[in-house]
Amino acid sequence: MLSQAEVREIRKEFPILTTKVGDKPLVYLDNAATTQKPRQVIEAEANYYLTANANPHRGAHKLANMATELYENCRRQVAKFLHAYRVNEIVFTKGATESLNLLAYTLAPRLEPGDEILISILEHHANLIPWQYIARERGAKLRYLYLDEKLELDWSDYLAKLNEQTKIVSLTACSNVTGTRPDLSKYFAKAKEFGAVCITDSTQLIPHAPFDVRELGADFAVCSSHKIYGPMGTGVLWGRYELLESMPPYHYGGDMIESVDEQSACFARPASRFEAGTVNVGGVVGLGAALDFVSEIGLENIDEYERHLTELALEAVAQIKGCQLFSVAGTSPAYLRGAVVPFSYEGIHPHDVATVLNEQGVAVRAGHHCAEPLHRHLGVNSTCRASFSFYNTEEEVERFIEALTAVPKLMGLR
Amino acid sequence: MDLRDLYKQLIIEESQNPAQRREVEDATHSGQGKNPSCGDELSLELRLNPTDERIEDCAFQGVGCAISTASASIMSKLLKGKTAAEAKQLLREFLKLIREGEVSADEEEHLGEAMAFADISRMPARVKCAVLAWHTALNLLGEEADRELDPDEFLD
Repeated sequence: MLSQAEVREIRKEFPILTTKVGDKPLVYLDNAATTQKPRQVIEAEANYYLTANANPHRGAHKLANMATELYENCRRQVAKFLHAYRVNEIVFTKGATESLNLLAYTLAPRLEPGDEILISILEHHANLIPWQYIARERGAKLRYLYLDEKLELDWSDYLAKLNEQTKIVSLTACSNVTGTRPDLSKYFAKAKEFGAVCITDSTQLIPHAPFDVRELGADFAVCSSHKIYGPMGTGVLWGRYELLESMPPYHYGGDMIESVDEQSACFARPASRFEAGTVNVGGVVGLGAALDFVSEIGLENIDEYERHLTELALEAVAQIKGCQLFSVAGTSPAYLRGAVVPFSYEGIHPHDVATVLNEQGVAVRAGHHCAEPLHRHLGVNSTCRASFSFYNTEEEVERFIEALTAVPKLMGLR
Repeated sequence: MDLRDLYKQLIIEESQNPAQRREVEDATHSGQGKNPSCGDELSLELRLNPTDERIEDCAFQGVGCAISTASASIMSKLLKGKTAAEAKQLLREFLKLIREGEVSADEEEHLGEAMAFADISRMPARVKCAVLAWHTALNLLGEEADRELDPDEFLD
């Protein structure tokens, strides 16, 4: 496992982690919202603008060629990272949300009234609202898969809800609230028996663990660059080439066409078909640098270490009087889970908890974490969430626990 | 004048006066090629003798840039008289030249005038122009041009 000395070395690459909150060093535990960026990512994006900026795919001049090459090399890199079958199965978007909207809008024409879209109650709004909208537009039905007592997806509920009408199954690879990591290959294999298109929102898993679209048996996967130490405003859609090729464009404009007449146009093949307009080369180059960075540490090492931190925090939070956890399988040690600790304090609103933690330098998120139906299902309005990265230390977990323990006193309650 | 200048001149001359821009009489195969980035369109025709499988004639029509026009014309000349199998091999050799910028001495000999496009491998924006006709010809001969054209696209 990564040693504390190795983690301290890694931290040196993240200038922002030396931030102070008042006189206290920042303890950044909001990594599930967005991760900080290493120097390598910031420099890669800056270098692109300093040395190679031009509009890719268009010009025949030196800089345009450099921009095209950088951009297309990153497409290849992402394809390999996700274990895609073909390079052009990677479509760059502005984030996981746009990737899911692209899917909803371009798959919508396949839906007939009475068809069903099956998602889970764990889903982030990004993997919920687009389906809600498309279901309403097409007269289709949006159905939910619920949880068992461990907060895992309920397999028997799944079997009961899958049927011939199920056209789309879209499931998170890791919940941003409970940390649930469903065995998607099992879920997708079953959905395939009914011919459903299988999509995974892998935004919260890709930064933390090895990920292989072939092993999952998925048709589509989406993620955001900023959650994996890359720049904001960049995201990825992976899709099986045959499916991408059968889908209409999502946005219309330049650089996505074969030929244009006054009244009609012939669209380019994937991935260009889905990348209308000038693309975010700087962001994509930054994402490439971020993937290099995490690959060097190793996703297996990252998963192991982050789960270690998460277990330390879960056990400690469970000991704090008045704290309630909403994590998958409670505090079971060595459980396959995301690096999140969702909790609430009895009698204290999560927003107040987060504010008091911030005064002690600890950054956590409070609210419904873009998963309102899940919170309602859990019987709460909102929660607090601490989420970890490989750059967090064991000492930071201790500082978080100390700060959390002091919350009632600092609020003048006990 | 060095070899590169000769090649440049060859491309310019061929594009201004493409010997093979015309119809093929009694064509047995015809197909369309399109280059999405610059709008080039060409239609390629060939007449294959069913008995000895030789390409008796090959020509193209359509408008394109200097590189795609010269490339289509030089290719059409080269394909004439070849068997389908020889033609496929030649088409693959050209795509290799464009991908890698160099080929073996034997392949160089097969490619002849088409060696003029060796430098294209260093101009990514013009690759599509140079391979348009060759890609179309491979499809015409029943090959999976996608994989031939860009083996790097496939991550096996």
